Amino acid sequence: MTDATLPTAAATDLRRLVEARLKRRHAQERRFRLYGRIAIIVALSFLAVLLGRIVHQGYTTFIDNQIGVSVYLDPAKIDRTDIGGANYDQMVAESLLTKLGETDDEYGEKSGKILEIMSNDLGFQLLKQVRADPSVIGKRVTVTGPVKSDASLYYKGEIKRSTPQDSRKLDDQQLDWLDELKAAGAIKSGFNFGFLTRSDSTEPEQAGVLGAIVGSLMMLFVTAFLAVPIGVLAATYLEEFAPKNRWTDIIEVNINNLAAVPSIVYGLLGLAVFINWLAVPRSSPLVGGLVLALMALPTVIIATRSALKAVPPSIREAALGVGASRTQTVFHHVLPLAMPGVMTGAILSLAHALGETAPLLMIGMVSFVPGVPESLTGSATVLPVQVFIWETASERGFHERTAAAIIVLLVFMIVMNLTAILVRRRFERRW
Amino acid sequence: MPSQRDDVAAHAEAPVHIAVDRVHAAAPVGGIKIRARDVNVFYGEKQALFDVGLDVPERAVTALIGPSGCGKSTFLRSINRMNDTIPGCKVKGRIELDGEDINDRSIDPVVLRARVGMVFQKPNPFPKTIFENVAYGARIHGLTTSKSELEALVETSLKKAGLWGEVADRLHQPGTGLSGGQQQRLVIARAVAIRPQVLLMDEPCSALDPISTLKVEELINELKKEFTIVIVTHNMQQAARVSDYTAFMYVGDLIEFGNTDKLFTKPSMKQTEDYITGKYG
Amino acid sequence: MNTPNYKSHISSVFNAELEDVRQRVLAMGGLVEQQIVDATKALTEVDRVLADQVIRNDEKVNTMEVMIDDECSRILARRQPTASDLRLVYAVIKTITDLERMGDEAEKVARMASDLSDQERGMSPLVEVGHLSRHVSQMVRDALDSFARMDAESALACAAEDINIDREYEALMRQCITFMMEDPRTIRRVLDIMWAVRALERVGDHARNICEYVIYFVKGKDVRHISLEAMQREVREEGE
Repeated sequence: MTDATLPTAAATDLRRLVEARLKRRHAQERRFRLYGRIAIIVALSFLAVLLGRIVHQGYTTFIDNQIGVSVYLDPAKIDRTDIGGANYDQMVAESLLTKLGETDDEYGEKSGKILEIMSNDLGFQLLKQVRADPSVIGKRVTVTGPVKSDASLYYKGEIKRSTPQDSRKLDDQQLDWLDELKAAGAIKSGFNFGFLTRSDSTEPEQAGVLGAIVGSLMMLFVTAFLAVPIGVLAATYLEEFAPKNRWTDIIEVNINNLAAVPSIVYGLLGLAVFINWLAVPRSSPLVGGLVLALMALPTVIIATRSALKAVPPSIREAALGVGASRTQTVFHHVLPLAMPGVMTGAILSLAHALGETAPLLMIGMVSFVPGVPESLTGSATVLPVQVFIWETASERGFHERTAAAIIVLLVFMIVMNLTAILVRRRFERRW
Repeated sequence: MPSQRDDVAAHAEAPVHIAVDRVHAAAPVGGIKIRARDVNVFYGEKQALFDVGLDVPERAVTALIGPSGCGKSTFLRSINRMNDTIPGCKVKGRIELDGEDINDRSIDPVVLRARVGMVFQKPNPFPKTIFENVAYGARIHGLTTSKSELEALVETSLKKAGLWGEVADRLHQPGTGLSGGQQQRLVIARAVAIRPQVLLMDEPCSALDPISTLKVEELINELKKEFTIVIVTHNMQQAARVSDYTAFMYVGDLIEFGNTDKLFTKPSMKQTEDYITGKYG
Repeated sequence: MNTPNYKSHISSVFNAELEDVRQRVLAMGGLVEQQIVDATKALTEVDRVLADQVIRNDEKVNTMEVMIDDECSRILARRQPTASDLRLVYAVIKTITDLERMGDEAEKVARMASDLSDQERGMSPLVEVGHLSRHVSQMVRDALDSFARMDAESALACAAEDINIDREYEALMRQCITFMMEDPRTIRRVLDIMWAVRALERVGDHARNICEYVIYFVKGKDVRHISLEAMQREVREEGE
C-alpha cells in the first residue's frame, strides 16, 4: 500500500519544488527585463544628449539677423571710371552712423567699429548694384545683409553685457548701437536661406553648405555609379555562379576583411593609386567617389550576397525545373527577388560613405573651396569634411555653423535611411 | 487468393454478367520510358544510391517510397539532372530516357528539363502573375510564336491542371495569392505547359491539407493518360492510392519494385513488408 | 444520418472502384437468386439436368466471392476507406460470404433434386416446397434490392419476412412428419425433401443477414442478434 501513497507524496513535494523554483524563475525574468530597459534608456539618453547638443548649438544658424541700410551713393566718392575702387564699406558705415545719429571722427574710428559688427556683404552688394547699373550713382539704394556673426551672437545672447568689456569681442558702444538698431526695427530676424544657398566663406555669417552639398552629391553619384553595379555583379557571380572551392573561400574571407579595414587605409590607397599613379585631380569629387566606391564595395557585396542567400532555393529549383538556364534563373527570378535587399544594402552603404571623413582628408579634400564645384574633376568639399573644417576654425561663429552642418548631414542620412526603408517596403515580395 | 484471378477471368462467361474488367488496368499502356541501370550517386564522399536499376513504365504512375534519406529524392533528381546543381554531387551509371542516355555530353540539361518536368515539395510559384507563371517555360523555350498562341497554351495547361475554373477570372493576379493546393496545381500547370514527356514529383502533397492532397492525387490520375509520372512520397497511403507501380527504397538500395497492388497486399521482401506495415523506418 | 454517398469522392478512381465492387455484388446476388430458383425447380419438377447445372454453377458463385474479396482487400490496402466507405467495404465482404453460403444451400437443394431423380418415381415433392422457394427467392431479391438502393427501410421490411419463412418452414416440417407417419416407406424421400426445405430456410436466414449489413452500412448501427422490434427502433430512431 506504500506504493500507492508514495507517488502522491512525491507529487506534492515535486509541486512545491517546482513552485519554489518558479518564483526564482519569474524573478530572474523580471530582472532581465529590467536590465534590458535600463540598457535601452541609457542608449536613448546618449542619443538624446548628442542630438540635443547639436541642435541646441546649431539651430541658431538657421535664424539670422539681417539689416537693411539705405545708402546714398555719393557721386563724389565713386569714380565712374573705376567703380570697384570706391570704398563701399565706408559708405555703408557712414549711412549707419548717420542713422544712429553719430558722426565719425577724423580717424574713422567709429566707422571702423561699425564695420566690425556689419557684414562686408553689404558693401559687396552695393558694388554689385553699381556695377550692374552705374546710373544708380547719385541716388539712394537700400541693401540688406547679415550682421557680423559676433553681432548675431550678441542678439542670440551668446555675448553678454555682463562680461567685462576686455574679454568680449564687442565693446559697450557697439552693443549700444546694436540695441539701438534693434529698437529702431532695422534688424530683421528670419530663416537663414543664405546658409543653404551659399558656399564656404572666411566670414562665418556668410558661410553656407551649398558647395559641400553639391560636392557630396557629385561624389555619391560617382560612388553609386561604381560601387553598386560592380558590387552587385561581383556578389551575383560569387553567390550564384562561382564554384565553391578554396579560391572562392579565400575571396569571401577577404571581402569580409575588407569591410572591416579602417577607412583611412582606403584614403591612403586612393592617394597612392588614383592621385599619384593615375593622376586624378586631387580634392575632386571624382577621386573622392573612387575612394568611397572602394570602401563601399565590400559592404555592397556582402549586402547583396545576403540578399541573394535570402531568396528561397525553391525559386531557383522552380526556374531550373522548367528548363531555365543558370543565367535566366538568376536574372529572371533570383536577382529581382533580391533587389529590395540589394537596394537597401546599397543605400545604407552609400549613406555610410556619405558620412565618411578620414579617407577624404587623405586625398586633399580638406582645402578651402569657396564655390560650388563645377565638374567632377574640379575642387570640391563635402559635408563631413566641411564639418571638420569649420570645427577646426578659430572664429566662434563657425562653431554654431559646425553644428548646423551636422544637422544638414544628419538630415541627409535620415532621408537616405528612410529611402532604404521605403524601397524595402515597396518592393519586398512575399514568396 | 489473388493468384486465382486469371483463372477466374477465364471461367467467368455467360449466363450471368460478371464485371471482370479491372478498374486499375495496371498493365503498362506503352513500353518503358525511363531505364535506369547501376545508378550510383555520391554527395562528396558519401554515397547516396547504390546500383539502382529501375524501369519506369510509360504513361503510368510510379511511386518511390521509403524512409527519409533512403535516396528516393536523389534518384528522382537524377532523372532530370537536378543533381547537377548541387555542388559535389556525382551521378554514375546509366539513365535512359527513350533509350537515350541523359548523362551523355550531347544532352543539354536545359533541354532535358524541358522534356522531364518537375514539381517540388513546397509549392513554389514564381512571385509573378498566374499567367506569367504558366507562360514562363514556354517563353524561355520559345514554344509559342504569337500572343494568342501563348494565351491558348496557358489556358490548356491550366485546364489540364484542373485549375482553369478557379483562376480564369484572375489570371493577372499574383500566383502566390492562391491557396497551397491551388499553388501546387499552378506549379503543375507550369510544368505541363512546356509539354514534357515525364513529370517528376517530389513529395508534391507534403505541404498540403488532406483535401488539396486528394485533388492533386486526382489530377495525377488524370495526367497519367498523357505523361509518365514518377512521384516520391513519404506517405505510403498516397503511393497506394495514386500509383500503378511502387518502388521501395532503403538506405540507397532499391529493395523492391513492382505492381502497387501486389506490393501493398503481398510484398515479396521482408523489408518492404516491415516498412509498409510500420514495423520500422 | 443521411444515406451515404459513395460516388462523390474527389478521387474518381475510388468512386469507380466502389461502384465496381457494388455491381459485382449485385451480379453475384443475381446469380445466387437464379441458382435458388433453378434448384427448387429441379427439385419440384425432378429435373436432373437442371439440378446438375445448378451444381456446376456453384463453382461460378465461389469464384465470384473470391474475386470480390480480392477487390475488397485491394481497396482496403490502397484506399484505407473510412466511415461509410469502410462500412460499405465491410458490408460487401460480409454480404458475399452470405451469398456464397446461399449458393451452397442452393447446391444442396440441387443435390437433393439429383438424388430424388435417381430414386424410383413415387410421390412428387410437395407443392408447398415450390411456394417456400418462391417466397425465399423473393426475399433474396428484396435483400439485394435494398442493398442496391442502400435503403434501410426496405431492408428492415425484408428482414421481417424471415419470420413468415420460418412459419412456412414449420408448417412444411409438420406436413413432412405427417407423411412419414402415414407411410413409413416415404421416410427416405421425405427426409431428402426436409433437407432441401431446411436449406431454403437457411437461405432466408442469410437474406436476413444481408439486410442487417445494409442497415449497418446505411445507419452505421449493428442490428445483429437483436429482436425485430429492437431493430425497428434502431433504424427509425434518428441518428444522434
